[in-house]
Amino acid sequence: MTVDPKNDAFVAFEHVQKSYDGVSLVVKDLNLNIAKGEFLTMLGPSGSGKTTCLMMLAGFETATHGEIRLDGRPINQVPPHKRGIGMVFQNYALFPHMTVGENLSFPLEVRGMGKDERETRIRRALDMVQMGAFSNRRPAQLSGGQQQRIALARALVFDPTLVLMDEPLGALDKQLREHMQLEIKHLHESLGITVVYVTHDQGEALTMSDRVAVFNDGRIQQLAPPADLYERPDNSFVAQFIGENNKLPGTIEEINGAKARVRLTTGELIDATPVNVTQKGEKTVVSIRPERVEFKPELMPPGALTLDADVLEVIYMGDILRTRMRVAGTDDFVVKCRNTLGQTRLTPGGRIKVGWHPEDARALDAP
Amino acid sequence: MAELTHGDATPLTTADGRPLKAALAAAQAKAKWRAFFLVLPLLLFIVITFVVPIGQMLQRSVYHDGFSKTSPNLAAWFDANPAGTEPDEAAFAALAADLVLMKDNRLAGEAGTRINYSVPGTRSLFTASARGADELAPPFREALTGQDAKWGDPLIWVAMREAASPWTTDFYLTGIDMQRTADGGIEKVAESSRVYLWLYARTFILSAVITGICLLLAFPIAHMLATLPMAKANLLMILVLLPFWTSLLVRTTSWIVLLQGQGVVNSLMVSLGIIDDAGRLQMIYNQTGTIIVMVHILLPFMVLPLYSVMRVIPPGYARAARSLGATSWTTFRRIYLPQTLPGIGAGVLLVFILAVGYYITPALVGGADGQLFSNQIQFHMSKSNWSQAAALAAMLLAGVLVLYWLYDRLIGIDKLKLG
Repeated sequence: MTVDPKNDAFVAFEHVQKSYDGVSLVVKDLNLNIAKGEFLTMLGPSGSGKTTCLMMLAGFETATHGEIRLDGRPINQVPPHKRGIGMVFQNYALFPHMTVGENLSFPLEVRGMGKDERETRIRRALDMVQMGAFSNRRPAQLSGGQQQRIALARALVFDPTLVLMDEPLGALDKQLREHMQLEIKHLHESLGITVVYVTHDQGEALTMSDRVAVFNDGRIQQLAPPADLYERPDNSFVAQFIGENNKLPGTIEEINGAKARVRLTTGELIDATPVNVTQKGEKTVVSIRPERVEFKPELMPPGALTLDADVLEVIYMGDILRTRMRVAGTDDFVVKCRNTLGQTRLTPGGRIKVGWHPEDARALDAP
Repeated sequence: MAELTHGDATPLTTADGRPLKAALAAAQAKAKWRAFFLVLPLLLFIVITFVVPIGQMLQRSVYHDGFSKTSPNLAAWFDANPAGTEPDEAAFAALAADLVLMKDNRLAGEAGTRINYSVPGTRSLFTASARGADELAPPFREALTGQDAKWGDPLIWVAMREAASPWTTDFYLTGIDMQRTADGGIEKVAESSRVYLWLYARTFILSAVITGICLLLAFPIAHMLATLPMAKANLLMILVLLPFWTSLLVRTTSWIVLLQGQGVVNSLMVSLGIIDDAGRLQMIYNQTGTIIVMVHILLPFMVLPLYSVMRVIPPGYARAARSLGATSWTTFRRIYLPQTLPGIGAGVLLVFILAVGYYITPALVGGADGQLFSNQIQFHMSKSNWSQAAALAAMLLAGVLVLYWLYDRLIGIDKLKLG
């Protein structure tokens, strides 16, 4: 999906700040444009301000400063029930004293919709999540995954153009979660709705989103499509938050456009791509993904600088082999390789050389 | 899998061939016995302090042998002659024989008291006649009516016929303002002496009013307690519970200090010029006083169940309703209120049942028109008319049970949540 947020902003946060206690800011100067039909995920650790942003958009929290616009209209002063935003909550919030059908009927009744129309829409929404036969059940009689589907159907039954989801899959087991991720993604695609999704699960964010906004400390650290986020993290927080990551601290020895040489704290010299370091002598952390580390000389680029590695532990994970090594003074340098027929088997105690393509080693700011 | 899908002829057995059910029972027997012994003290306590006294009370309300135990001759005559028979010479002879029996056993007073319950002012008739019973000679009719013309009163004979058997419904008749007529039927008592039904109805109405006021006051308090942070909520909860730690008597009398004619509230209003000195409000020793003080005393019983239910209603439901387009009023009415129903039910039932049986407060601050049914029960107890007190108490119990049954039918007792 191509997104031009500047011209096509369906939801816009402008210089939004939020404080709960008047002393510290939970959200610091948030600027974010979400396009119509986009699936945007707010990803971050707990306390990073992502849920607060969602609650401000839903109308349950008021922005301390700044403006939030929905479809061009400022909504700071609009009460939640007049925003027409569908919302799926972390614990589903299905009304326990109502049946599934009554739960779905509720948003239609408060909109003054006639009985026939309500029934048509309820049927359609339930069929959409394959729960057509459960209309007369109570929420307590349903499993977690079924409740999740009903919560989804309830948030969609009144045809909102924007749907917010607050960690909706957090309570499900892994297998069901992965299944629901795809299902929600497909619903988003077929209905053409805009989804703002909050999660702290990076796998979920990468799987489902058009774009991901990584939150930390009340700010967006990086806003990018999943592939960019994983392969080209902007700073060391994003690199370490998304996926597994080997960190090698050092100093910039030499910088030349898109190439840099880094002197590690243990004295070795390595090749890297500078990201947010600009000067010689600057402190840096070089980030390398475990699956991009090579230990076969023929796979390394010619003239690549290599490091000595002591194999400490090989963990058999089925599809991959995860090898922990001592490299440049750290004990937790990890290399992942596919478990294929001809794969070289490393054994603990062995000494090898590791290297990488310079573009896979990203020299980031030292936190 | 085939072995597991039984359900037809052969019952399952354990590996050594014992029937599975028997093996299971044997395995669980020890645990069951242990559980039983653990609850045994409580069971005994309940039987001794609850089941037995209530059973005795119910029995007393239909059983009084004060007259019957010294009137075997009359009982025999009543058995031989159907109700409505004019007492003949044989009847008076039986009466004379029983009067001798009463004198010898010194039970004339007790027997007279029993008849006195049905026909007031007859106790002395028995004590006086029993005193001279030995001198009575045939014809007994003339001898007795000559001694006191009241012996010819058919109402006394109706009362004696009923009292000749220890099992009686007399006390319930009195309780519903009825009496026996001379020809053995029943009728309403004179309008001026109808007390109980009216008081019964007023007790339930007053209790309903008190319960309603308690609910109105307690709902916002409980909601606030449930939504505040725990530390603040605990502090406020202590304030709610404070009345519990003070003696009921102290609380009631302090209300007298506040509400009486020369009390704090009246004086304050006079000094503020809201009312003038001559127009001091009568807020105590009447129905108003009973309502105010009982609401204050029973309020915690409404707050606690409401609070315990509200505390566990996640705020997410209200948010969900709002996000689905409901106004705050609709959210309250359709989402919040239905979820507090178990608490409302528990609180209402608790407060109502306590109010119906309340005694000390109406006795102290109720004056003439603020009395409740239990004050009548106490009145009869103070007069040692245990049977009448028991009958009234049983009526109260029946009323409460009916309400309990109604509650179960309408809302369902399983939805009750006390804490």
